[in-house]
Amino acid sequence: MKKYESWGRYPHIDSSKQDVYHVYPDSFSFPKLEQDDSLSFLAYAQGRSYGDVCLNEDGILLDTHHLDHFIQYDKEKGLLRCEAGVTFENILQLIVPHNWFLPVTPGTKYVSVGGAVANDVHGKNHHKAGTFGKYITQFELLRSTGERLICSPKENTELFNATIGGLGLTGLINWVEFSLKKIPGHHIQQETLRFNNLSEFFQISDDSDKDWEYTVAWIDCIAQGDELGRGLFMRGNHCDSNKKYKSKESKLAIPFDAPSFLLNKYTVKAFNQLYFKRPIKQHSKVKLDPFFYPLDGISKWNRLYGKKGFMQYQCVIPTEHREEAMLEMLKLISASGQASFLSVLKEFGDIQSPGLLSFPRKGTTLALDFPNRGDRTLALLEQLDVITLKFNGSVYPAKDARMSAESFSQYYSNWNDFEAHIDPHFSSNFRRRVTSK
Amino acid sequence: MSNILILGATSAIAKHTTRLLAADEHTLYLVARNEDKLSSMKQDMLVRGATDVHYETCDLADNSQHESLLKRATDSMSSIDIVLIAYGTLGIQKESEKSYANTLAELQTNCLSVISLLTLLANQFESQASGTIAVISSPSGDRGRQSNYIYGTAKGALSIFLQGLRNRLAKSKVHVLTIKPGFVDTPMTKDFTKGFLWVNPDVISKGIYNAIKKKREVVYLPFFWGYIMMIIKSIPEKIFKRLSL
Repeated sequence: MKKYESWGRYPHIDSSKQDVYHVYPDSFSFPKLEQDDSLSFLAYAQGRSYGDVCLNEDGILLDTHHLDHFIQYDKEKGLLRCEAGVTFENILQLIVPHNWFLPVTPGTKYVSVGGAVANDVHGKNHHKAGTFGKYITQFELLRSTGERLICSPKENTELFNATIGGLGLTGLINWVEFSLKKIPGHHIQQETLRFNNLSEFFQISDDSDKDWEYTVAWIDCIAQGDELGRGLFMRGNHCDSNKKYKSKESKLAIPFDAPSFLLNKYTVKAFNQLYFKRPIKQHSKVKLDPFFYPLDGISKWNRLYGKKGFMQYQCVIPTEHREEAMLEMLKLISASGQASFLSVLKEFGDIQSPGLLSFPRKGTTLALDFPNRGDRTLALLEQLDVITLKFNGSVYPAKDARMSAESFSQYYSNWNDFEAHIDPHFSSNFRRRVTSK
Repeated sequence: MSNILILGATSAIAKHTTRLLAADEHTLYLVARNEDKLSSMKQDMLVRGATDVHYETCDLADNSQHESLLKRATDSMSSIDIVLIAYGTLGIQKESEKSYANTLAELQTNCLSVISLLTLLANQFESQASGTIAVISSPSGDRGRQSNYIYGTAKGALSIFLQGLRNRLAKSKVHVLTIKPGFVDTPMTKDFTKGFLWVNPDVISKGIYNAIKKKREVVYLPFFWGYIMMIIKSIPEKIFKRLSL
């Protein structure tokens, strides 16, 4: 039995009780609506969002993994149309041999195109390229009325903007067309630099913005005192190579849930120490997969966090307060003794997404993940929200499982404009949690 | 570049196998029952590299359709170089036990209709003296078990038919491939509880694709089913009949 859970596996749901329907190309009609007018639906593809935007416990999940067909591919212009259940992995296998790449990609290739639209995903090139939503030329949206609407920047524009980053609430995305990015070859010229504190990070990041297409930093969230804010900065550009692209499949899998004490502050501290001090090759030529998708090498890595799962926290803080806010957050985290294993820092650029509810905006984003230790973890994330709110920041719904309705309404003050575009028969755990409906 | 006929094209295993074949720039002729699925599959195959894709809807369990179907496929592509027969139903064993009519229908779909197609195809391939006939059978046909012996009977008979055909066509240089997939997570098996032996259809498809290329005779997919069946076949009947398999 396929498990319909989110990547963080928190909140825990009993997926055997979840009502699921499979969607097939062209012939889908919404089940049971005639008998029950209060039913709600939500598309589910890869289950790679962390919290509860992909869950719909009270309603029906529409499993889109059969929507896995390509529809049209213009190799000259770099334009691809495919069904919403196609994954980024499938796309890379098709396009990379012709020297095309995804215009924007998150840190895993196991996401569906529909999910990428609904969460308006971003990646290491946000400062140069913006979000995935910017590259969408059109898509088809199936509303619960049975209407199939083509949405583009020119047609059904409001619905187009609402659906990008719309968390799957505006209807079922059937297919998506988007433009690709030309690349010179199948490698990345990468540089790795150590930074000892946040000021150094901001310095390197600002210096790198112009000449480096991809930038991201790993940060040691346990380090205190003089070492606070230390980390490794990675930057890269596409480069030429004559090697053939081979999509890397995960060779390793975590076969079962690790005991939940595996990732504690001592193990993470030891790891961070080793990772920070490891000898780094300053310049290197690396393959696409290890550069963009380092964690995809280990399938089901979320099991490392044990049965209770884990919680992500990703916020963005406007540039004017970035250093102050980040310092405050890092101090709070390291004092809490709760270890974030994978902590990522990145500067977003000011390229506007068409998405109404889209998360990324100009500023600094910090992404953290914490093993679920119940109330302690929830309390820490609540305190992080206080800081984010104080500096007019925002939190990423795709990674959230716990923010309060009050916080959400402040982060997303345009929710009321968005609400008008929600399909009356679509909902999610997330929506019910952060709003009254 | 080859001309390839896929019968039961929209089944999960066939779809994934056809995707691998499409990337090698062949011409495809897809046959299945559902027009919507065929039309989206056609687009998908063209994007993945197929030179040309034809399709038609047909109920393959109906023998009377076979001759005209094969003629249309041959005319459209000018020849058939590779055929993959991938349709079938799992049936409900308990229903078949109650009714001979039901049993006969299962045998018709999974065995007799395939033999009807193979009779026509064998003659065509024999006279062109080349090509590959690949057919999905099943390990269930290796030994009768109470849980699915109707399906097993159909697949067992089919495997023996293919064995004979392989022997007959060897001198005409026609490759006959018998494919025996184990537990595959597809719409056909959606009601089963899936354990560790289950694999996704793309794993099976890679095996079929390689077996066609390497001109293998009989393949168990994944390979370990060959060993599992060896053990199952070696259990003495006296003991086997008491097992609840």
